[in-house]
Amino acid sequence: MSETRLVQVRQHVLKQNDVAARALRARFHEAGVYVVSLVSSPGAGKTTLLGQALASLRARYRVAALVGDLATDNDARRLARSEAPVKQIITGTVCHLEAAMVAAALDGWDLAGLDFLFIENVGNLVCPASYDLGEAAKIVLLSVTEGEDKPLKYPAIFLKSKLLVLSKIDLLPYVPFDIAAAEDNARRIHPEIDVVKLSCLTGAGLEQWLGWIEERRHELQALRGALVT
Amino acid sequence: MHELSIALSILDLAAEEAERRGGRVVAVHLKLGPLSGVVKDALSSAYELAREGTSLAGAELLVEEVPVVAWCPGCAAERAPRFPLLCCPTCGTPTPDVVSGRELEVVALEIES
Repeated sequence: MSETRLVQVRQHVLKQNDVAARALRARFHEAGVYVVSLVSSPGAGKTTLLGQALASLRARYRVAALVGDLATDNDARRLARSEAPVKQIITGTVCHLEAAMVAAALDGWDLAGLDFLFIENVGNLVCPASYDLGEAAKIVLLSVTEGEDKPLKYPAIFLKSKLLVLSKIDLLPYVPFDIAAAEDNARRIHPEIDVVKLSCLTGAGLEQWLGWIEERRHELQALRGALVT
Repeated sequence: MHELSIALSILDLAAEEAERRGGRVVAVHLKLGPLSGVVKDALSSAYELAREGTSLAGAELLVEEVPVVAWCPGCAAERAPRFPLLCCPTCGTPTPDVVSGRELEVVALEIES
């Protein structure tokens, strides 16, 4: 006669990813590399912004990037023009990057020799919210050709991101985008989110964007220094 | 398909536990919060597809949906904010400090020996 018993498990379903992400976070911390990931809908301007960041920061810092796509290495090729080390992660059918993919891609790279590592996620505002990659900050991009209610439609990713980049602002005169409403909506979901408005085409706001990353890295370095001493 | 990947992870987790403890999994108890990014119906459908032909083909997925609870600094109390807006329904203060609602947890397994 069979017997049914209830056994407690209490395990987070994505525990495997969380464990891998924590290991990555520890590696990044030890190596002293500041890591951010970029998320957005497809076409919001992640690659262009990343290319600009790599080119600008390369003069003063050691930078590198990982870029995830379902297919092609087109983005890695674009970013490689900056002459910074860039690796493409091809996910096949997976719509988001996971910690294990990042760890595998970093094989062969000396993290201690980097100041900044940028991870460009697959264009997707949904799934990346559930997968920790060990980064210090998630940065969400929203372009002015999208709807200003995007933060309300995709609350999880806006809640998890530390910075909102409103991109393609050079197009504001030609689109009905209400930029104040977009910022307001983002703050309704995440009151403490930082916001930067920029255009890679005109260069407006780029200094502010770079300043944000540099400041955050500086804060982290100071914290590391304080912990060591 | 996001929920399919989650369903596969649930099955992997359950199969591993069942092998450790011995027996056949009859049901998987899952706690699901709105902030997990996973939708119950989509997950249930994906689970039906994913369990076919596996050792857990006979295991039901029982989902307990948990509400979002956040700490309101204005009221100095836990509140149920009007998701997706994280602000207190009583005093309107923003409540980004989430206490529960992010769950995507296999709480327990019903195992038949």
